[in-house]
Amino acid sequence: MKGSLASRLLIILAVLILVAIWTIPTLGLLITSFRERDVMTTSGWWSVFADPAGAGWTTANYATVLNEQTGIAIAFINSLTVTIPAVVIPILVAAFAAYGFAWMRFSGRKVLFAIIIMLLVVPIQIALIPVLKGYLALDLNGTYLAMWLAHTGFGLALATYLLHNYISELPRDILESAFIDGASHFTTFTRLILPLSVPALASFAIFQFLWVWNDLLVAQTFLGTQKEVAVITSALLNLIGTRAEAWHLLTAGAFVSMVLPLAGRAPGSGEAEGRFIEG
Amino acid sequence: MVANSDAREPHRPAFVSLIVTSVARTAASVFVPLIAFAGLWQGFLFLRDTDAPRPIVAGIAIVWGVGGVALLYVVANWVVERFPRQWRDRVLPFVFVGPAVVILFAYLLIPTILTLVLSFQDGASKNFVGAENYIFAVTNPSMIEAIRNNVLWLAVGTGGSVSLGLLMAILADRVPFERLAKVLIFLPMAISFVGAGVIWRFVYAYRPAGEEQIGLINAILGALGIAPQGLLQLQFWNNFLLIAILIWAQTGFAMVILSAALKGVPAELLEAARIDGASEVKVFQKVVIPSIRGSIITVSTTIAILTLKIYDIVTTMTNGNFGTEVIATLQFKQSFTFFDYGKGAALAIILLVAVMPVIWYNLRRFRGQEGFR
Repeated sequence: MKGSLASRLLIILAVLILVAIWTIPTLGLLITSFRERDVMTTSGWWSVFADPAGAGWTTANYATVLNEQTGIAIAFINSLTVTIPAVVIPILVAAFAAYGFAWMRFSGRKVLFAIIIMLLVVPIQIALIPVLKGYLALDLNGTYLAMWLAHTGFGLALATYLLHNYISELPRDILESAFIDGASHFTTFTRLILPLSVPALASFAIFQFLWVWNDLLVAQTFLGTQKEVAVITSALLNLIGTRAEAWHLLTAGAFVSMVLPLAGRAPGSGEAEGRFIEG
Repeated sequence: MVANSDAREPHRPAFVSLIVTSVARTAASVFVPLIAFAGLWQGFLFLRDTDAPRPIVAGIAIVWGVGGVALLYVVANWVVERFPRQWRDRVLPFVFVGPAVVILFAYLLIPTILTLVLSFQDGASKNFVGAENYIFAVTNPSMIEAIRNNVLWLAVGTGGSVSLGLLMAILADRVPFERLAKVLIFLPMAISFVGAGVIWRFVYAYRPAGEEQIGLINAILGALGIAPQGLLQLQFWNNFLLIAILIWAQTGFAMVILSAALKGVPAELLEAARIDGASEVKVFQKVVIPSIRGSIITVSTTIAILTLKIYDIVTTMTNGNFGTEVIATLQFKQSFTFFDYGKGAALAIILLVAVMPVIWYNLRRFRGQEGFR
């Protein structure tokens, strides 16, 4: 905090430049998405600052991109259908497992938990071919269930690890008094542990939501890229592939795909998430 | 039979009723799960084959999926609670950890072994071909290019994100608008790499000389009197343009974690070093860096793994053309475009080997943690 006025101004300037570099790309796309199709390709988006009135403002790009033809609207619903269960299921499964590993005694506990730690960083590419083969054999490929289970499988190691860190730190007395009162493990878990773990569950939920909503690889492999089933990232990629110069569609489509993640990213939640990842 | 031979015993009614209840119990513990499974299966068939409007199917699917999993746990617990006590205590832990373990085995552990086997087989997974796929992987020109690019991603992507994140963490601490600055730097992390791809395609957009440039970089080049460039087609240098997107997205992550670590460095420690006459640079080198070393390693390994697996950015920006191929894009192409499972599997194994040091490090650090109860 100390230092001469000059050095403090220099620091402020440096931060301003960095923040500008980080913000301008998104800002440029946002401005462009609200300009008419013809003007956005004949003048740079920065020209709106010189001539705000003649910038050709419109919301038509969003109306166009949300119509049936681009598949963005359907893809938005598909993404929701994939994402909500793919967030809730791993949390539920991982919370049960975290409780089991933290508060129950059984043989093989340490070995199983060590395996989960090991699986934390296995690249999902390793699983794609065998899981796809399994799905084809079971006729599961292209279904939502296939996507939920795949995302559950790929997110579960991290979820179990993080929730175990949290649940194993809960005060022992709380659980013991529950058992003395005759509560079963199941009751203790659903009535006591789950409500107490809400902060950890919510942090992981944000993390998993961003990961699933923004995923491309798993969706391309197990769900396919046809318009009826494609998720929003696949649909956007299709748009890039087929209409690479249609900036009126790409700009608006990109923001439709970002609206939920950005809305969910309330100011300050980044810091909570950081602490959470740090463990 | 047992009941017959005991027919004349006076305790018969109690005994029979015991058998009847235990049979009924067993039957119930079999039938309730069966009914639950059958109901869920019917739901699955309906969802797979229905022609109902999209939003309705989506709603039903969400309720079915989430409710179904919860139901399975409730039913499993209900069944186990009907077991005799010593059995219950032995089985119940597996109701809790079993599903997670089964899913992880099915989706990660077993597939890893299968992929290893596949990597020694031909494209159709029929015959064993020895190390042929691996020989292909280290001799094929596009693969060599991919490995070189992945090294670039690893070094420049990780180094760039971590050092810029650290810089921001240090600087943001000293400005009055710290919170806003941090939110804006962190924001790109919420955006998908496909969405980020659209943002940066627009920044890199190119139009032939003479036309109005709508991409920011080419407009700046134009203002400096430099002819417009097809930036994404610039062999070799385009890799750095793609890596810039990763740095843009990940710096916020590094900043948040390193900033928290910096705030945790004890003030007395810094004070003491300054009183001893250490310069600010020395204090940073000798006190700050060692205190946040753990966080720097956490951030670096996380981002390093991300760069080794990088797929979405390359697919979105160039689809691996113009000399930007990476291992993961080749892996996807070999596996699901050419359907050469042997080569695809070998590339996946190479990715696994590349992240192996991190797995090893994680395990070691985990063992070092006290209190694994």
